[in-house]
Amino acid sequence: MALQEKYKALTDAATSAGISDLAVREQDGILYVDGTAADGATKDNLWDIYNQIDPNFASGDLVLNVNVAVDVAVTHAKVITQSSNLNIRKGPGTDQPIVGKAAHGEIITLVNRSNDLWWLVRTTDGEEGYCYAQYLEAQA
Amino acid sequence: MKTTNFLTTVMIASTLFFVGCGPKDAAIQSAIQAKEAADVTVAVAKGDVTLTGEVADDAAKAKAEEIAKAEKGVKAVMNNLTVKPMMPVVIAGDADLMKNVADATKDFPSVKADVKDGVVTLTGELNKASLITLMQHLSALKPKKIENKLTIK
Repeated sequence: MALQEKYKALTDAATSAGISDLAVREQDGILYVDGTAADGATKDNLWDIYNQIDPNFASGDLVLNVNVAVDVAVTHAKVITQSSNLNIRKGPGTDQPIVGKAAHGEIITLVNRSNDLWWLVRTTDGEEGYCYAQYLEAQA
Repeated sequence: MKTTNFLTTVMIASTLFFVGCGPKDAAIQSAIQAKEAADVTVAVAKGDVTLTGEVADDAAKAKAEEIAKAEKGVKAVMNNLTVKPMMPVVIAGDADLMKNVADATKDFPSVKADVKDGVVTLTGELNKASLITLMQHLSALKPKKIENKLTIK
């Protein structure tokens, strides 16, 4: 209960931001907050609040797993690496060979999102393979 | 004749009773319904309120009852609301977690990540700006805990 109190500002913000399927549970001294945000800005705002309550995430008493909702109709995504190119791999994993690259900021075609972590994509050059989903932002 | 009179009286009386009661119940119902959360359904019969539906937690259930009790004209409140069962915490197995942590930390060469019993332990150093990104990536992998021992530059 103490943890729920510590992170109350965060869970309140999640509730008022309309996070869907919001679940807040405490188990073995760790608070687990799961849900789906409507957009990336909402998710980032929750992380900012988390960082304020627990500077540099040093306490290790919260696992904040808020994903950004992606509409099934979405067919394109933007590469949101910090600045570098994004590797396109033969299979879902960094142990897989690189079959191509997508430039930072490039818009590429989404082929399949059945794997949460690795999305199957196709570039304008026709290169097809898997990219790390955290570096892709679905285009409405 | 007497029986007919009696029946007529009963009919008039009951009509008056229902006419007198119906609109009042309807008014109470709509007044309470307007104040309740969308997932609460309100029914009113002769001033007795019944609440049905599924709410997120016990606090929401108690709040819904309070709202109904506070309404003028309410005799009793039957709280039949159910609390939505909480999704259990899912923790990834170490084999999956190790592979996914390796993928997630690949772009952070100054960070070393160890996985044991679902706990991801981070050592090494990282700049503050990259820390949120790394934590976001790791938190999506369903770890039990993220032990952050990084030196933040």
